[in-house]
Amino acid sequence: MERKPANLNPTPAQPRPLSPNIQIYRPQLTSVLSITNRITGLVLSLGAVGLVVWLSAAAAGPQSYRFVQSVIGSWAGRVVLFGCIFAFFLHLCGGIRHLVWDTVHGFELRSIYISGWAVVGASVALTVGAWVASLFIAGWR
Amino acid sequence: MERGPFRSPLARAIGLGSAKKGAQHWLAERLTAVALVPLSLWFVASIIAHAGTDYAAFISWLRTPLATSFMILLLIALFHHSALGLQVVIEDYVHSDAKFAAVIAVRLGCYGFAVAGIVATLRIAFGG
Repeated sequence: MERKPANLNPTPAQPRPLSPNIQIYRPQLTSVLSITNRITGLVLSLGAVGLVVWLSAAAAGPQSYRFVQSVIGSWAGRVVLFGCIFAFFLHLCGGIRHLVWDTVHGFELRSIYISGWAVVGASVALTVGAWVASLFIAGWR
Repeated sequence: MERGPFRSPLARAIGLGSAKKGAQHWLAERLTAVALVPLSLWFVASIIAHAGTDYAAFISWLRTPLATSFMILLLIALFHHSALGLQVVIEDYVHSDAKFAAVIAVRLGCYGFAVAGIVATLRIAFGG
């Protein structure tokens, strides 16, 4: 249960410092990518549920599998799938950037912006590449 | 819970949680992330390679020991990572009594979906 944090200093001389209010900040690449990693994580959690639905449909038999495939193949399904793939590559690239930071590398302002734009570029390229490759393979079959 | 002015600062701080278990949560999030890099890329590459195939081709692929094993490992790492990440999001944005309930619900939901996915994979792998 939520417990009130212990007040170790009952009579503070001045108010505690507050975090900057993000609503009055101009969006920066760093802050936008930070919240993007969270939002894509939420999206992918829902996508993981979709993966289980898809596997369960396949386990249930060909009819239910074909039904789920037809939902994915519809226009709305394709838009959702495209969004999930873009979210996947953003979260993957953003996550690798976080793992590099965990080794205490790349914290200089210049490096932060280089890796940030690399995440954006790689995610767009990988998403488009994955989509084109699947269309090519499906058409070639 | 405040129990009068007679508790020492140390007594108030002990057992509040974060200092005791934070590193474990952080490490598990990183471990599952490292596992998910190859597993998720394997999954996406496999799905792309199977674009346009029918049910029989998909089933015969998932029945291979490698695909069955990787799919189960993917489901474990994916839902463990989801549970850890969603817990942090809840802890950051929910500041009411609903926080505890939400964290528990997310944990149980993630474990439930992971088991459902593993059972479905095993049914495909070993089903007739």
